[in-house]
Amino acid sequence: MAVEEPPPRPRVRVVLADAAARRAAADHGSADLAEQTPVGEALVKGLVRAQLALALRLALVVAAGLGTLPLLFAVAPAVGEVKLFGMNLPWVLLGLLSFPFLVLVGAAYVRWAERNEQDFAALIRRPEK
Amino acid sequence: MNPYLAPGLILVLLLTVAIGAYGLRFARTTSDFLVASRSVSPSWNAAAISGEYLSAASFLGVAGLVLRYGVDVLWYPVGFAAGYLALLLFVAAPLRRSGAFTLPDFCQVRLRSTALRRLATAFVLFIGCLYLLPQLQGAGLTFATLTGGSYAWGALVVAVVVTANVAFGGMRAITFVQAFQYWLKLTALAVPMIFLILQWQADGRPQVTPPAGTVFPAATTVVVEQDAVLDGTRSVEAGETLRFAAGDRVPQVSTVDAEFGADWLLPDGKQSLFATYSLILATFLGTMGLPHVLVRFYTNPDGASARRTTLVVLAMVGLFYLLPTLYGVLGRIYTPQLLMTGSSDAVVLLLPEAALGDGHLGRLLGALVTAGALAAFLSTSSGLLTSVAGVIFTDVLRPGRNGSIRDFRVATLLAAAVPTLLALYVSDMDVSRVVGLAFAVAASSFCPLLVLGIWWRGLTDVGAIAGLVAGGGAAMAAVLLTVLGPPLTGWSAEVINQPAAWTVPLAFLVMVGVSLFSGRRVPPDVGATMLRLHAPESLRG
Repeated sequence: MAVEEPPPRPRVRVVLADAAARRAAADHGSADLAEQTPVGEALVKGLVRAQLALALRLALVVAAGLGTLPLLFAVAPAVGEVKLFGMNLPWVLLGLLSFPFLVLVGAAYVRWAERNEQDFAALIRRPEK
Repeated sequence: MNPYLAPGLILVLLLTVAIGAYGLRFARTTSDFLVASRSVSPSWNAAAISGEYLSAASFLGVAGLVLRYGVDVLWYPVGFAAGYLALLLFVAAPLRRSGAFTLPDFCQVRLRSTALRRLATAFVLFIGCLYLLPQLQGAGLTFATLTGGSYAWGALVVAVVVTANVAFGGMRAITFVQAFQYWLKLTALAVPMIFLILQWQADGRPQVTPPAGTVFPAATTVVVEQDAVLDGTRSVEAGETLRFAAGDRVPQVSTVDAEFGADWLLPDGKQSLFATYSLILATFLGTMGLPHVLVRFYTNPDGASARRTTLVVLAMVGLFYLLPTLYGVLGRIYTPQLLMTGSSDAVVLLLPEAALGDGHLGRLLGALVTAGALAAFLSTSSGLLTSVAGVIFTDVLRPGRNGSIRDFRVATLLAAAVPTLLALYVSDMDVSRVVGLAFAVAASSFCPLLVLGIWWRGLTDVGAIAGLVAGGGAAMAAVLLTVLGPPLTGWSAEVINQPAAWTVPLAFLVMVGVSLFSGRRVPPDVGATMLRLHAPESLRG
């Protein structure tokens, strides 16, 4: 499934791997992408960079929000004694609040990653702008 | 014995087989079997992924660990859930767009290397077996604990049901089965918890950590299983029966490793900072490298839906993990004798009857919880078996394009045989520990491979192989040493028992370093591959 016979038009085939609904590249942007021109390469690199930067930034948010907690508990044991709603703070943070926090970060990522992709698609469809 | 238990378990088994048989009506071609024709809707898919992921370690193990060690082990559920966030951020959409069926397929798509593909196959089989073994063991132990039957029969029954279901229904059927089992598992923990909290209110909200130490809620007898010393003064012998009245303090048993006092509430660190961070690294990064988790992503129709599915999974898994902690906490009040026997994994199973009494309500809820535990064994082992069988089918049997459904069934039998035999002969291995080690191996092998493969053009096949051998190999060696080797102490024990904190960075460093030195081997079509991984499907024309 991964390797196929070299088709007659290899550059088009790679991009249009889902061959079911293939149509000729009608505009500059798609052609740049399909034929791996320097412009197309640069566009893809830009997209990859934007998505990676987004993912790393959100990973950093989690590392700062959750990853520093063990260190905090070790350095300042008094934090463990603080009570919130009758429960000790570490229980509230880890057992309860960490899960909605993770879901929120995930939701933000999905939203922004899709926006990056829409921007990329718009750029490809109207390269002159 | 609880009269509702047997009907409950049989009902779960029958429903599993029935839903599998219903799914069989839709499974016609080999491609149906492997990826359910990529037409499963995101909500079904998310429930199926969650159902598959929440194993015995989550359903029973987390509550048991909380009962024993308190707040320090909350990193397990947090890490198990956060693993899906890492997967969402770095892997989900590009992996789906790569169009690969399995992890070895991804190696081939991205780096065009047969040698790397074989190595990846070996790792999938190793991680698959390592994860399947404790599931079967857990099933055997639960059957033995609750029914007084034999360990071997419990393990064997679950193994046979799972193998038959995968072999005859493949993944299409499994999707329905897994989705059903997620909701069953959530219900099985949530409904009893409502009654347990009401009971706790009715009992006048007893303290979780009374200042004088944990006390027995009712008259209790404990049979000593090993020679031990109580409270450091009184020695007891194996087989001795101890009687305690309601309100007696729970004595500290020398043979059981647990937090007996109020320290339980605080993150004091019986566990060192190194071990905590190692655990965080293994669970956060290991999820994306588990073969049964990844194979699910190929059933999404496109990259964007893979992302949305992962987000729903994160929410579903997070919702589930709120519950085991509560069981561990209430277990501290209602089943403190488990601290003395050390069989704390049974807390979820025993808590409903212990707190609500052995009337109809307590027994009914006890049976519900046990049915949920059975669902946990069934779903995780089905998912694992499907993915391991898929890899054996495509990479070991290599039927090429003419692969038939019969070949897939042979692959399933092969995949099930080894862990089943191991589970029958090895019954004394520490269950929750093996699961953690599987995460560590996955985090030090497939995580760097996927992350670098998806985001870095400079990765080469030589670099990937070197990184897998160095990081994954080191983690594998640590696993074998932990499981089979002599007991270690001190500094070396920590480094070997929780290896992720050094094996994950090692894998990344070696992969990047060797790739930089073999820069000429970067595949010539890397630009096209990157486009395929990252561009939205709408641009494919």
